[in-house]
Amino acid sequence: MATHGRKAPLHNEEMLINMGPQHPSTHGVLRLVLRLRGEMIESCRCVIGYLHRCHEYISERNGWIRSLPLTDRLDYLSPITCEWAMALAAERLAQVEVPERAEWLRVLSAELYRIASHLVFVGTFGNDLAAVTMFLHTFRERELIMDIFEKLTGQRMTCHYIRVGGVGWDLPAGLDREIRQALDVIESRLREYDDLFTNNRILRARTEGVAEISAERCRAYGASGPVARASGVDFDLRRDAPYGVYDRFDYRVILGNRGDCLDRFTCRMEEMRQSARICRQVLDGLPPGEIRTKLPARFKTPEGVAYGAVEGARGECGYFAIGDGTEAPYRLKIRSGGFSNLHLIEDILVGWKVADVVTILGSIDIVLGDIDR
Amino acid sequence: MAERGWLENWVNGIVQPLYEVAPWIVHLVPILWILILIVGSVLILIWAERKVSADIQSRVGPLHHGPYGLFQSIWDALKLLTKEDTIPKQADRLVFCVAPYIVFLPAILAYVVIPVGNGLIAADLNVGLWYLVAVGSIAVLGIIVAGWASNNKWSLLGGMRAAAQLITYEIPMFLSVVVIIMMAGTLSLDQIVRSQSGGSWSLAPPDAPFLNWNCFTLPGMIAAVLYLVAALAEVNRQPFDLPESESELVSGFNTEYSGMRFGIFFVAEFSNTALVSGIAATLFFGGWSSPIVSEGEGFWRIFGDGVLWYFVKITILIYCMMWVKWTLPRVRIDQMLQIAWKGLIPLALINIAIAVAHVAWVGA
Repeated sequence: MATHGRKAPLHNEEMLINMGPQHPSTHGVLRLVLRLRGEMIESCRCVIGYLHRCHEYISERNGWIRSLPLTDRLDYLSPITCEWAMALAAERLAQVEVPERAEWLRVLSAELYRIASHLVFVGTFGNDLAAVTMFLHTFRERELIMDIFEKLTGQRMTCHYIRVGGVGWDLPAGLDREIRQALDVIESRLREYDDLFTNNRILRARTEGVAEISAERCRAYGASGPVARASGVDFDLRRDAPYGVYDRFDYRVILGNRGDCLDRFTCRMEEMRQSARICRQVLDGLPPGEIRTKLPARFKTPEGVAYGAVEGARGECGYFAIGDGTEAPYRLKIRSGGFSNLHLIEDILVGWKVADVVTILGSIDIVLGDIDR
Repeated sequence: MAERGWLENWVNGIVQPLYEVAPWIVHLVPILWILILIVGSVLILIWAERKVSADIQSRVGPLHHGPYGLFQSIWDALKLLTKEDTIPKQADRLVFCVAPYIVFLPAILAYVVIPVGNGLIAADLNVGLWYLVAVGSIAVLGIIVAGWASNNKWSLLGGMRAAAQLITYEIPMFLSVVVIIMMAGTLSLDQIVRSQSGGSWSLAPPDAPFLNWNCFTLPGMIAAVLYLVAALAEVNRQPFDLPESESELVSGFNTEYSGMRFGIFFVAEFSNTALVSGIAATLFFGGWSSPIVSEGEGFWRIFGDGVLWYFVKITILIYCMMWVKWTLPRVRIDQMLQIAWKGLIPLALINIAIAVAHVAWVGA
């Protein structure tokens, strides 16, 4: 940069700093290149791809059935979402009917895992704000859900519950009572979190009015999920593009009005309560019957195009598939909510402080496995 | 009596001749006492922090080394000692190596003037409180140079935050101390404790020993609150742990430190915590003086003035600091400075005016 014979201007006011990929608060291997003036952020650039595993290509090679378990590794905090979206794309392409009971069980597992995922969000958000106790407390409650999934599927995180044409296993005897108890505990603990954390003055000072995102900007970036809803974008795939049996349940789509970090936090807190409501309704009205449609030994999808999208914990999770008559999709394109939500950050970080980076990033709630794929 | 004879032989045979040859040897006694006090309290505090945080977070904490995991901190220290000693290539080697000790220094220096029990004071300086104020400021220097010498941008940010934070919070801290000087009329910490002690158990003001404590006067009460808030910031504990702020600045000023140098920072944090609690106990809560009876009879003698009460008081204060740490989120740098400049410092100045009125009307 410096030219000979002339002194290079001394840039002593700006600092270029690399946040991540090894940084405790970037939630994985995200890299943010920040230009700072003191503690103020002048500009931010997001670098992703450190966790790229060629997921789409592997699916095109492995075929539907053998790549379905891999979807758990995308959004590992709410694996049911990705499983369901992929199964939905395959079912829509091959026009497979899903039994009634399986649809209800899908809703149950998805909502339970939505609670688990939001619990992780609340905990890591607390951790980002240095309230480490919140992290431990939410993980204690998440453990209840993990136990349920261990009993239901044999796995805690990468559970591979949803299959093309149904679900893997039926509810074991007595598990419904256990789920009810867990939901009771979690709901009472949510009130505890409100006392400890949501109503804390320091938390309010750190999040209220911080990084407000307008509804227009959310739409422009294609943001979805709680991030968009906190900004007042009234969009929830469960209600607006019903899949499964979501149209039979009574729940509320939670909206924020300011779109600041606090709204994004409280939206998720409230969504957990709504998910618990849905879970209870499922347990009350679970119909009897088959849990899986019998598929041919070699499951093939016909030529055609299908898009399966579900409302995940981090927004719209969509699988766009082109079938070519073989066992594998000819092309599979995955759309994850986190990807679109994350890129808001380049815009909204400017003008905030280093300390706010972790607040804002935490409030967006990303999972890098989901973004890099 | 055999043991006693053995001990006397030791004293007469070794210490006595040593004393005759080198009379300065008596000065080693308080130095050893301070070192034992600091090292012992730090080892216990690290264990206690783990147990307290575990309790708050519904965990169990260390279990396996020693009863209730008491020896965990010793194992940790051994682990840190055996780690590879790394100094970043671009770091300022000398300053990098010295910085941890600068942070640790004030704790050792300050204990010189703190009366732990009746007469248990290494040196009763007649300017004790000013001495405390002076050596207390040294730690800031260590943190700033540690951030600077590491040649790491996160460390630098941590160091700069430390500069803003620690210098800001020294002001309300010392303004609150001024109130105690006005009320006690002395700078000697021993005298300050003695002015708060005395009396026997009764709720009538001249008799109830704990009512003599400075924290039970209006200016003293305000000063105690101010001091404790500022002390949290001085020792970089949550909600004011901005120089370190693990989730933002990786590890702040000590990002590049590892092994025992990191260990020294760790030890310094805990010894400084014990130190500010000790100062708070001395200035506001009567130091080693007993809240029940100053000179008890028979069984009650053990509850009289003495070392016991000093440790009970700092234990309670340290527990409160841990409690706060594991409950509250961290404030942002601008909010932290606002708390000091818009809240604590004006309040501390008003409090001095209140103290003037108190001394004028009620008497010192």
